[in-house]
Amino acid sequence: MHKVGISLCGGYLPIYRIDRKLIADNWGRSCLGGERAVANNDEDAITMAVEAARNCLCGVNKDEVDGLFFATTSAPYQEKMNSAMIATAADLKRDIVTADFAHSLRTGTGALKAALDSVKAGSTRSVLVTSADCRLGYPRSDQEQNFGDGAAAVLVSDQNIIATFEGDYSICNEMHDVWRNPEDTYVRTWEGRFILGEGYTNHMVEVIQGILKKYQLAPKDISTAVLPASDLKTHKGLVRKLGLDPETQVQDPLLSSVGFCGAAQPLLMLVAALEDARPGDLLLLANYADGADALLFKVTENCASAGCRRKLRELLDHNIMLTSYARFLSYKGLIEAMPGEPFRLFPSATVTWRERNSIIRAHGSRCQQCGATAFPVQRICFQCHSKDQFVEVPLADREGEVFTFTLDNLAGRSDDPVIVQTIAQLEDNARFYGMMTDCVPSEVKLGMPVKLTFRRIYDGMGIHNYFWKLRPVIKESVSNG
Amino acid sequence: MGSIKDKVAIIGMGCSKFGERWDKGPVDLAIEAAYEAYEDAGIEAKDIEACWFSTLMSPVNGISGTVAADGLKLGNIPIIRNENWCTSGHIALLEACMAVASGAYDVVLALGVEKLKDTGFAGLGAGRGMHPVYEARRTAPGSFALIATRYFETYGLSAEEGKMTLAKIEVKNHDNGSLCPKAHFRNKITVDTALKAPIVSWPLGLFDCCGNSDGAACAIITTAENAKSFRGDPIFLKGFGISTDAMMPHFRPGFSWTSFDALVNSSRRAYEMAGIKNPREELSLAEVHDCFSITELLIYEDFGFSPRGKAKEDVDSGFFTRQGGLPVNVDGGLKCFGHPVGASGLRMTYEIYKQLQGKADLPERQIRNPRLGLSNTFGGPPQMSAVAIFGNEKG
Repeated sequence: MHKVGISLCGGYLPIYRIDRKLIADNWGRSCLGGERAVANNDEDAITMAVEAARNCLCGVNKDEVDGLFFATTSAPYQEKMNSAMIATAADLKRDIVTADFAHSLRTGTGALKAALDSVKAGSTRSVLVTSADCRLGYPRSDQEQNFGDGAAAVLVSDQNIIATFEGDYSICNEMHDVWRNPEDTYVRTWEGRFILGEGYTNHMVEVIQGILKKYQLAPKDISTAVLPASDLKTHKGLVRKLGLDPETQVQDPLLSSVGFCGAAQPLLMLVAALEDARPGDLLLLANYADGADALLFKVTENCASAGCRRKLRELLDHNIMLTSYARFLSYKGLIEAMPGEPFRLFPSATVTWRERNSIIRAHGSRCQQCGATAFPVQRICFQCHSKDQFVEVPLADREGEVFTFTLDNLAGRSDDPVIVQTIAQLEDNARFYGMMTDCVPSEVKLGMPVKLTFRRIYDGMGIHNYFWKLRPVIKESVSNG
Repeated sequence: MGSIKDKVAIIGMGCSKFGERWDKGPVDLAIEAAYEAYEDAGIEAKDIEACWFSTLMSPVNGISGTVAADGLKLGNIPIIRNENWCTSGHIALLEACMAVASGAYDVVLALGVEKLKDTGFAGLGAGRGMHPVYEARRTAPGSFALIATRYFETYGLSAEEGKMTLAKIEVKNHDNGSLCPKAHFRNKITVDTALKAPIVSWPLGLFDCCGNSDGAACAIITTAENAKSFRGDPIFLKGFGISTDAMMPHFRPGFSWTSFDALVNSSRRAYEMAGIKNPREELSLAEVHDCFSITELLIYEDFGFSPRGKAKEDVDSGFFTRQGGLPVNVDGGLKCFGHPVGASGLRMTYEIYKQLQGKADLPERQIRNPRLGLSNTFGGPPQMSAVAIFGNEKG
């Protein structure tokens, strides 16, 4: 039988966290405990998905990736293919299938199932499934504290499988429990007891009991149950109802450290589970929204050798605390802080399209006459002046270090006033000029190691202008290639 | 390359008051500068055969020489506008000189006007470049500060030593500017004031950054042959150099950030034409591009005023003060006289012209027995430099 499954995986968490107490104290409310991840002001679902995709696609031949799916409820563009942007920034080839999956918290498992079916059917060799979300809870609501921002990516393939797809079961159920209308900024909910009891818990139990019955399994056969939940109490209740051992059989729902990352939560927790899995483990992934999906994976011997660039544990450990609730609101776009310097240069659809290989793919050029490398792509070699004698070279994954920098107080937003203008020296002597992000400006130093990261640099004329920035390199573990 | 040494001369110049000229528009500034120059040269507007006009953004881009045509009613003559960042004023001047040297015209006007204070923003703003993505947040201080960080590292200056050196340059420029009636800023400062000022773009603080000003300046040029028929003390063009680096420094592989080819090449070319072997000794004074204190420091070395890496020693010894071996920015420079971009090259040349004539507005700031003076602007990301050298005698 044609085996398919997951061959690589990678998570992504924004660097900022906020202590839930800071939010609670601003409203004189009780704190739900722990902290939540907050996307930086240059991040959105697209950029986080790109970072997860890059983290996942470690040591893989990108030419063998035949598709990219993107699952979210907070797509930066309502109409325009977000997955096409992610696939381009991840520097995948052009002849692939891309699709956006949206509108539901079940969209992550929906995209995963579609990818598994596609590879199983033989129509694609491998499909990268990405998911990211940054949903907004009403200020003062529990969701404001509970939600988090994050992303994950898994490569579905029939080669080098680390977790074989063993089967699935789904239920469809129509009910108004959690929803958002096109004009809504915040997530709406019906009464808590209805959505968590009748909705979430009952359907998760039904789908899990259904899949166990379908494959003649008992709860004790599950090594790790990956059960995304909106809050810890509900998660605990579900585990108890299912008869699972909370100490040994249940994946940490990441609620205390990251928060509930909406559509991205199932894949993010799956990545966390896979990073800790042992050969022979049976993983159960279940996911709720207007019904429920359940999928079973069996971990293979390959899991030990699989690696991503940045383990989730490192992403969890490496963070910067946001110390102001006002900044949290303005980073989320909910209050408009005093504008900084206006932009003289507006985004141009044609410029970005024409130069997409440099702007979105981070390609530079290497002269075939003298070997000099430069970014962005140069038609005339800066060194030997030969014309159009170049090959494009991907620079996104190059190591670099700070050659010179300045802490520019003139160019930033008023809620994030310092722009670290940076010149980085990349391998091959290429230079990259850009802003440094995810850093503490006062800690930036000459010679500091940096890497490129895909960000939304600003908006104008209704266009999100995406480009690369630099970020300090944290300890990056294994690399598989 | 050819030479136009001693072929053309400036016979009249004008310069408006620089500063926050809220009640004056670009046309008013042009009139203020032009009518001073007409009177200085003893000519009338109808004598002008062609005009080279420079502005970066006043009032907007894409309107050709309309400010000069509508404002000065110059008749049906060619008006050629140029925008070359901070070097625009020099380019207008030098293009005008070359046109006269070619024999095509006898009397021409080079006019620079900038009205920065109509934009609603204190500085030139972010997004100073040609690309909406690569340069989206580039600012002028943010680009020039990149030089300072690297210069300090390369020559082993601690942040404190580096900032102290830059502060001394600004104390000098404020001291000079305090004596200039037309300057934007006329206050003296101490090293302490400069060091304690708020940071604009680290390591550059408020006093490391030049003034954003309104202003206009102009020159009337004729052949060296005819110059003496207009006045007894024309000022002759001795040499010039213009250079634009082949690739923006930010993306140029291997670029040092401590020396710019444009500066080195433009000054070398100007020295060659002027027959200058040792600029440190031969120049009587210089007006150089001090958009930021670090720029002036860098230019000391790229222009051969100071040995490489040794500019600090000359700053410490007061070599570039009015009383020093080579006075630099004796009118306060961009820092204090102000930097209305398109006018600056002509304003610097105005100072050189007056000094070489012995006609500095206040006797206490007149340089003794000057012979040769250099003016320079350096602009863009930065990328482009223009240098002009003038003398008060032929030969």
